[in-house]
Amino acid sequence: MIPDVTLRRSRQAHIATPRLETPFHARIAALDETNDWYSWAGYKAAHSVFDEELEYFAIRSTAALFDISPMVKYRISGPDAERYLNRLTLRDVAKLKAHRVQYTAWCDDHGHVLDDGTLFRLAPDTFRLCCQERHLPWLLDSAIGFDVEIAEETTEIAGLALQGPTSFAVLANAGFDGIEQLKPFQIAEFSHDDTRVTISRTGFTGDLGYELFVPAGAALSLWDRLWMAGRNLGIRAIGYAALNRTRIEAGFIVANADFMTAEAALRADRARLPDEIGLDWLVDAEKPFFNGRHAILEARRNQSLKYILVGLEIEGNIPAEGAIVYHRKKHEAGLVSAAIWSPLAKRNIAIATLERPYGSRIVDDLWVEIYASRELQYQKMMKRATIVPRPFIKLDRRTATPPGLF
Amino acid sequence: MTSSSPTVNRYDAIVIGGGHNGLTAATLLAQSGRQVIVLEAADSLGGALRGHAFHPGFRAPGLVHILNRLDPEVIRLLKLDTTALSGHPAPTVALSELGNPAILRGAYGETLDGVSAQEAVAFAEMRRKLVFQAGILRRFLRRRPPEIGRITLNDMTSFAGAGLSLLRKGREEGRDFLRMLLMNVADVADEYLDDDRLKGLLAFDATLGIHLGPRSPTSLLGLYYRLTGEINGAIGNQIVARGGLAQAFERAARAAGVTIRTGAAVARIIADRGTASGVVLETGETLSAPVIVSAIHPQATFLKLTDTAELGTGFVRAIGNIRSRGNVAKLDLALDRLPDFTGVSRADLSGRLVLARSIDHVETAFNPAKYGAFSCDPVMEITLPSLSDPSLAPPGAATLSALVQFAPYALKTGWDSGRAEFLAIILEKLEHYAPGLGNSVVAASLMTPVDIEARYHMPGGHWHHGELQADQLLVNRPVNQAAGYATPLKGLYLASAGAHPGGGISGLPGLLAARHILSGEKP
Amino acid sequence: MKKYDVVMIGGGHNGLVAACYLQRAGLDVLVLEKNDWVGGAATSREMTPGFLYSNCSYVCSLFRPEIMRDLELPKHGLQVIAYEGGAVFTRDGDYLASYRDHDSHRREFARYSKRDAEAYERYARDVTRQCRFIQPLLMRTAPDPFSFKPRDLAELLYLGRKFGDFSAHDMAQTLRFWTMSISDFLDEYFETDVIKAYLALSGIIGTALGPMSPGTAYVLLHHYMGEVDGSVGAWGYARGGMGAVTQALASSFRASGGTIRTGADVEKVMTRSGRATGVRLADGEEVHGGLVVSNADVKRTFLKLVDEDALPETFVHRVKHFKMRGSSGKLNIALDSLPEFPALPTGSSCIRGDMHFTDSMERMERAYDDWKAGHFSADPFVDMVIPTTLDPTMAPPGKHFMSCFVQYCPPKIDGEDWTDADRDAFAETVISQIADYSPGFRDRILHMEVRTPREIEAEVGLTEGNIFQGELTFDQLLFNRPVPGYAQYRSPVPGLYLCGSSTHPGGGVMGAPGRNAAAEILRDLKRKPNQMSPAHDVI
Repeated sequence: MIPDVTLRRSRQAHIATPRLETPFHARIAALDETNDWYSWAGYKAAHSVFDEELEYFAIRSTAALFDISPMVKYRISGPDAERYLNRLTLRDVAKLKAHRVQYTAWCDDHGHVLDDGTLFRLAPDTFRLCCQERHLPWLLDSAIGFDVEIAEETTEIAGLALQGPTSFAVLANAGFDGIEQLKPFQIAEFSHDDTRVTISRTGFTGDLGYELFVPAGAALSLWDRLWMAGRNLGIRAIGYAALNRTRIEAGFIVANADFMTAEAALRADRARLPDEIGLDWLVDAEKPFFNGRHAILEARRNQSLKYILVGLEIEGNIPAEGAIVYHRKKHEAGLVSAAIWSPLAKRNIAIATLERPYGSRIVDDLWVEIYASRELQYQKMMKRATIVPRPFIKLDRRTATPPGLF
Repeated sequence: MTSSSPTVNRYDAIVIGGGHNGLTAATLLAQSGRQVIVLEAADSLGGALRGHAFHPGFRAPGLVHILNRLDPEVIRLLKLDTTALSGHPAPTVALSELGNPAILRGAYGETLDGVSAQEAVAFAEMRRKLVFQAGILRRFLRRRPPEIGRITLNDMTSFAGAGLSLLRKGREEGRDFLRMLLMNVADVADEYLDDDRLKGLLAFDATLGIHLGPRSPTSLLGLYYRLTGEINGAIGNQIVARGGLAQAFERAARAAGVTIRTGAAVARIIADRGTASGVVLETGETLSAPVIVSAIHPQATFLKLTDTAELGTGFVRAIGNIRSRGNVAKLDLALDRLPDFTGVSRADLSGRLVLARSIDHVETAFNPAKYGAFSCDPVMEITLPSLSDPSLAPPGAATLSALVQFAPYALKTGWDSGRAEFLAIILEKLEHYAPGLGNSVVAASLMTPVDIEARYHMPGGHWHHGELQADQLLVNRPVNQAAGYATPLKGLYLASAGAHPGGGISGLPGLLAARHILSGEKP
Repeated sequence: MKKYDVVMIGGGHNGLVAACYLQRAGLDVLVLEKNDWVGGAATSREMTPGFLYSNCSYVCSLFRPEIMRDLELPKHGLQVIAYEGGAVFTRDGDYLASYRDHDSHRREFARYSKRDAEAYERYARDVTRQCRFIQPLLMRTAPDPFSFKPRDLAELLYLGRKFGDFSAHDMAQTLRFWTMSISDFLDEYFETDVIKAYLALSGIIGTALGPMSPGTAYVLLHHYMGEVDGSVGAWGYARGGMGAVTQALASSFRASGGTIRTGADVEKVMTRSGRATGVRLADGEEVHGGLVVSNADVKRTFLKLVDEDALPETFVHRVKHFKMRGSSGKLNIALDSLPEFPALPTGSSCIRGDMHFTDSMERMERAYDDWKAGHFSADPFVDMVIPTTLDPTMAPPGKHFMSCFVQYCPPKIDGEDWTDADRDAFAETVISQIADYSPGFRDRILHMEVRTPREIEAEVGLTEGNIFQGELTFDQLLFNRPVPGYAQYRSPVPGLYLCGSSTHPGGGVMGAPGRNAAAEILRDLKRKPNQMSPAHDVI
């Protein structure tokens, strides 16, 4: 149904703000020193707030607030919601208990990954799917034959990541009683103002951390509540640059950065099966049918998987972002999609996609060719790379329950 | 997802739908020694060949009133009793408003009556060309469509064969084939002919049962399709259908040992983790088999009988996108005497009468169908079935059957009110060509696409089970993922008109599906 | 009497492109143009003092950048400015806009349907995939599948391999896409009628087909293949009007030593022993050339300029049945001031793009039904642009030039020739449509030029006013264009070539037919082009 003309006309003004402001924008803008904004799915988002490097240390040593409101959110509810999501996604949703979160991914019929994201089971029949790309037509078409309702709620729900060793202390200080009971991937609801805030113990940093979801109208008061509570706990607002460093340390992949999603890929050979981007562990062959099942299992059976996503440790300290990976310094083996010098691990780390058998059968004698631009000249280096397990860092505080105060 | 029903019926293959394609597939599977059961929702077999009494003493032969493409291979393999096919080739009478029809005799106008000598020569030239080109396409209709990206040696041989037969006639014929293949029928007819009656006939035949007008690009394909058919050994031939063919298919199936159950509507297909293993009837009874052959409409198969949780989203989306909204209404009239069509001899009344005055007439009749309205000046194909099969009407009386288009399935104003209005329009048109016919009508039954859907379980009332248009043919029939009879749901096969090569009483979808299953290739 | 190496009949953009390449390869080329100006259908003409009209073609998108570079057109004054947006006005007082900004575009669609807003991305990618396949074929001579010459076989293999780069799924999609109607294709993505009507535009422009006719999805591709400086699918204005394209070509041609004669109406191609030797002008003058190249359409060339008995019978038959039914008309309007569209918010960028009034597929298709019945559309589809919003050179300060491209408009009215009264009635359908959405519009009109297929044929020489020199249906594409067996720019008459839009890859101000024809001529002459870039890589 097309909305009536009055409603449509009332929305004409969208063009006045081609970059939307998130519900937290007023607070972040007030703290902002660098004026370093970028467009995240059409929202004005901070790349950095005061100092990219110091923001990284805020995540790793105190507490950092990162605005995740632009993340695309879909609410899926109804009697068939679990069955629907079980067909849609790779993992067994029947095993996802209410008030828990699952990291998951979903594929098209050819087994090519459409996106990854987090699935929140808010109640037995109510879920929230958070992801990077937009999928409404796919989700709606997947609903044919199911008693389920799909609603896009990106603008209605504000999201905030609170990450870092003092994040638990901040929440406790803010009066979220019982938060100490929350285990990783668990969700709890709390009162806030005259509404409810959903807090999950999740994050994209590999650190102790939480994600908070609240109706957009209550966003600023939630921010203020956390900010007040965190004043003496080193709370800082951060931008994406710092977060990106921590996610690389944690070994997380980003859609359309570390792999191409099937709908975004124009070239037939760019789409990826889950096993080709390190998501084989999500595929549950025992559960009922799901999108891509035949293709994924057939590729495993026929050993026709073409790529593999690996973690690399590279000698030296020059980040190898965008570098080509070679075998014996000669044969092209793959490409680095993300790389940093990890301040926490004191290692030069990278995420790379290799063309099998490199990375699967041939794992030694790998090299990356780094072009580092220094004062208008490229320094060309061939550095040894070793395949290492992800995550690159493992922090006990991430999983300790109850968490420590700092 | 297993049924709690205590009765366990095990078969080697279950065929859903007892139309001629279902029976063809079942017979061939049974001939290989398999235990096969056919489940038919209606009380009798035959699908679109199923006749019914529409007025006391008067029977309609079925949705089909002309036979023109029953494949000889099907007849041979099924050892089909061909009594129902006996009879003279029926002429086609292109009616004229002025009462001087043009008449095509022999197989699609081997000779013509009622046209100028010059026009007859032009028609012969065009006919030769079209029959030749249809012959190239025919090779591809009688085999499984090639699998894109996995072209086999067999496919290559078939391509090469087609190429060679093109070249045997010379380079120019080849070039002309590639030029004409996707043309519209109107431009081709205009290129060869002057006579509006003949051009109107070609325009009608190309678009009958297809949502295209004669000026729509690719509409020539409909005519090619017609000219790929044969009956009694002659390409382009036709006979007026009479009863008995459905029974012949049934006898062939029984002779091969097929178990047949009528009144057995399937409620759903049992599947787990992408593999089908049986069906549940509406009574709750469960039957199981490693092979399920669906000889009903693909959309009914996947969107009604199958739990979409067992299918990929992309596949469900593609199945939903199949265009399958019929445009043809079926009229059956009970008449107290034989009608008198002006200028048509008594002998030619036993043929096929086509009411399509010109290309523009067909095109104009098509226009409203695009907007969900029926044509106020429809085009139609008329037969008098009781002339071929006197048992259809009481002595002295007659039946008239007509396929009338364009009458869109999704009529904006609804068929409840539209049916009577459309019937009145048709009768008025008929009266013009057969004065006095109105007074002889004892009863009239008009089946709109909505009624055809209900009576014959054909979604959209579309007898091709999906538009027979270029983008829904060959590797894309019904959709690419299920174009080779096997489907993404392992163990489930398609064998209806919705599968390659398409509709009409040919038996080819059933034959090719069975052949593919028997070839043993794992789904 | 001087004998030229090449005599070019017609100074349209393709004729000039071919002439430039040939002249630069060292040949002595003479361009003969019947009008007093060059440019064919790509002209800027001062029809009323102070106003430049792009009076036929009006947008620049398809013109191949490789040709612009080879022929140094920027140096000769060519500059293209991209559209800023666009809008379809809806009958309920709203509009659907398009914006260059990705997110604004999505939010605009979301005003109508959240689903459609998100579906657009998949749609755009699917169309782009098809484009990437077809684009490299524009600058290649179509192979003849029945010649069995090594070159044709190699080219067929190339096509096969290109196709093979697709996944099996994409190949099947391609087969569907090429034969679908734009309406059916859009139905698979969108639920909102006005969104479909907006996107269907490219499927029908210049085409004697409605959006519900099979094959229009391909026509969409034909229009989508354009680019403005690497931005694929973008449309733009040539600064100074479309004449800037042909003026740059003429300037480039002259700079390399070529000769242009305007007011030289070619009446006949002269032959000796079956070979083309030159042309005879309307005034009886004979111009001799080693080769004759015709920029005129295939019908005009072979049914008017060449004696029929010099041609094979089947060839003449094919040419006679080559379809070039005009389907479009044009209004060029000088405006006293910028029209207002109250439906648009103040300051909207939509006015700096293309605007339409056809908000449903049914209206668009019904407009086509009128054409089929032999009339101009009572409720026509109008593609309206005001280039002066981005290009101040075309009108006096504060005043504006507006171009309205109109479908459908048949070559004859009910089988009779157009009369001036018909023309005025046709113009009124357009003006009243605009005035419905723009109060006071009529009062702003200073001057108006109305062009029906009659005027287009008379001035530009396009038979039946068909802007593509032949319809873009399957039977007239690739190796079928214009005539099977003669799709490689050569004709049955040795020494006579075709280089207009009647040849592969067809119409639009693209330049590819002219360039490809030049390549074939140079191949026959065993000469190397001076500079002829291959098609830019599609990687």
